[in-house]
Amino acid sequence: MAQMRYREALNGALREELARDERVVLMGEDIGVFGGAFKVTDGLLEEFGERRVRDTPISENTIVGVGVGAAMTGLRPVVELMTINFALLAFDQIVNHAAHIHYMFGGQASVPLVVRMPQGAGHQLGPTHSHCFEALFLHVPGLLVAVPATAADAKGMLKTAIRDENPVIFIEHESLYGVRGEVPEGDDHVVPFGRARIAREGTDVTIVGVSRMALTAERAAETLAADHGVQAEVIDPRTLRPLDLDTILGSVGKTNRCVIVEEGWPHGGVGANLAALIGEQAFDELDAPVQRVTGADVPMPYSKPLEDLAYPHEPQIVAAALAALNLAPTSAGSATGAGDATGSPAGGA
Amino acid sequence: MASPSQPSLPAADAAREWLATMTLIRRFEERAGEMYARAKVGGFLHLSIGEEATIVGAARALREDDYLISTYRSHGHALVRGTPPENVMAELFGRVDGCSGGRGGSMHMFDLARRFMGGYGIVGGNLPIAAGIALASDYKGPDEVTLCTFGDGASNQGTFGETLNLAALWKLPVVFMVTNNQFGMGTALRRHSAVTDLQRKGESLGVPGMRCDGMDVLDTHAVLAEAVGRVREERRPLLVEAVTYRFRGHSMADPEQYRSKEEVASWRERDPIPAFADVLIREGMLEQAERERIDADALARVDAAVEFAESSPFPTPESLYDDVYVLSRGSQGWYTVETAGPTPEQLGAAAGVDGEGGQGDGSSSLPLSSSSSSANDEIPQQLTEALAAGEDRERPEGGI
Repeated sequence: MAQMRYREALNGALREELARDERVVLMGEDIGVFGGAFKVTDGLLEEFGERRVRDTPISENTIVGVGVGAAMTGLRPVVELMTINFALLAFDQIVNHAAHIHYMFGGQASVPLVVRMPQGAGHQLGPTHSHCFEALFLHVPGLLVAVPATAADAKGMLKTAIRDENPVIFIEHESLYGVRGEVPEGDDHVVPFGRARIAREGTDVTIVGVSRMALTAERAAETLAADHGVQAEVIDPRTLRPLDLDTILGSVGKTNRCVIVEEGWPHGGVGANLAALIGEQAFDELDAPVQRVTGADVPMPYSKPLEDLAYPHEPQIVAAALAALNLAPTSAGSATGAGDATGSPAGGA
Repeated sequence: MASPSQPSLPAADAAREWLATMTLIRRFEERAGEMYARAKVGGFLHLSIGEEATIVGAARALREDDYLISTYRSHGHALVRGTPPENVMAELFGRVDGCSGGRGGSMHMFDLARRFMGGYGIVGGNLPIAAGIALASDYKGPDEVTLCTFGDGASNQGTFGETLNLAALWKLPVVFMVTNNQFGMGTALRRHSAVTDLQRKGESLGVPGMRCDGMDVLDTHAVLAEAVGRVREERRPLLVEAVTYRFRGHSMADPEQYRSKEEVASWRERDPIPAFADVLIREGMLEQAERERIDADALARVDAAVEFAESSPFPTPESLYDDVYVLSRGSQGWYTVETAGPTPEQLGAAAGVDGEGGQGDGSSSLPLSSSSSSANDEIPQQLTEALAAGEDRERPEGGI
């Protein structure tokens, strides 16, 4: 094991895959000379040269489309988009092309393309640089959607993404780039898609945390144990397509209560989808309605106090878990603003 | 850049093949239109009638290992690359033997083995993909060229500017060919593009332009051959404008109120197929009887294509989920978590109503990781209704 930051883990995955497979090519805005807007690709241009690490013009749809064409004809491109909001400019190539080509051409061509992008609020980047759009990609058959929360998963899942034959939307989190974690050493650390990570075992309530929210949920679980005697099981799904529903349902079968935590918007969100699946497949296991904690149903505000209100924090998760357990909040963290941010359709809409 | 003023004729065999292929495309498109009117073909149908010289003249400037990528008007591009008309027609009919397995339809023809990299339904969507294909060629080393065709309307898309800039910047071997048929759907060129001299639209992006007479297969071939040769040699993109005209509407559902009958008639006088045949007869490269035989052969091939398409089965119900993902070892069963989708039994029951597509015995399983007991009961009924409606539908002649 080695201690490294999430960004260094990603950098290591790219370096190892570039060295391992000549077909791997990196493309993106400012990934070369600048080293990446978040320094994920730092040093790779120097090590692998202009042929394999390519600075691009600011043309998101075309960069992704170039990746699609190159992937169809034998390369394994990894495209970096500077933030997930910029991916909206590339939605045509991601949805109409990358996701559909294998199907619409009868399986003749495949698109082994990775599109990396960071998401998330917390840095006062306002309404066009801070969102969480997992749900937009989750919606699309043909895409795989990865949301690594730890340094170890960042590395192992990016390597899996690059080796997969399908287009992968690889969603990083801006607030995680500097977070350190233990990462297995060696070229063979790959984390398979579709296997959730049980971040913390517990018996009283299941908390599913997506992307950064897996870590926030873990902290909330510690508070629940310390302050309320509640043992929460925290599950990080790791990938939303494929989704390890079995692990989640297994946990719900044990705890009979579930809270889903995501940063994205409430309507049509990851939690909405997952709550529906749990309701359809494990209704009889539930002792309480599934609780959702989501980002507020607003464009992301710039002002710090408002931004803080607009994405979930530990107290809201604690409050939601206690609600699922029919326990009243007893201490601090009684969900100030949680009503606005929990994203119940009544509160959010 | 001027095109050669006196394009030389190809060898007699090649010349006859060009004429035969243009004739095949014409006859194929006419028959496809008939099949559309008889509701054998669904969706949209965009025909290339009038544009055959742009297809054959350009494609014959390519080597077999070069790539061709096209638009939603792409039946002719598949045929010119050698995709059997049977498979193109079967694709229009939505059958398993279609060149895209019945998944794509008219707008999404594909033939990887012949390096026809697809028709694309999104205007301008194929340009970045063409650049990516050229990048892969360049990266791997061979001197392959990618020919990317699109219409005058696509020259207004963001991908046009973005891709030409990137291709020039990265010195990618792409010939961008704008097939200027004078209309972006029903909007005339002068009404949709500030610059109507389309060959110049790449200049500010570092992509020089050329122009050819798209009604003349010899001129088209001569200009494209020069362009392809230069791109292969110099490893940088060029833009070629082929000026042409489609004789039929944008699609089969086009009443053509945006242009006059006189205008269409004047272009029809320049029909590229008889014009080329006349040249060959005049030059002593073709007998009148041979000309008639070429046409009869094309009609016979198209008849065979229709017969083949009619007899090809519809995709089986249980194939609905095939090829959403490339399933690999260790991941199979995980990729498509569809809990609300219809079961094979339900699909089989629904498709059985159709009498043609109901091949499924319902015994094979979908690649689902989990299936719901609450699967949507309404789906089979919806499918049933849709299929039943399809059997009865007829199209008015007026749309053709």
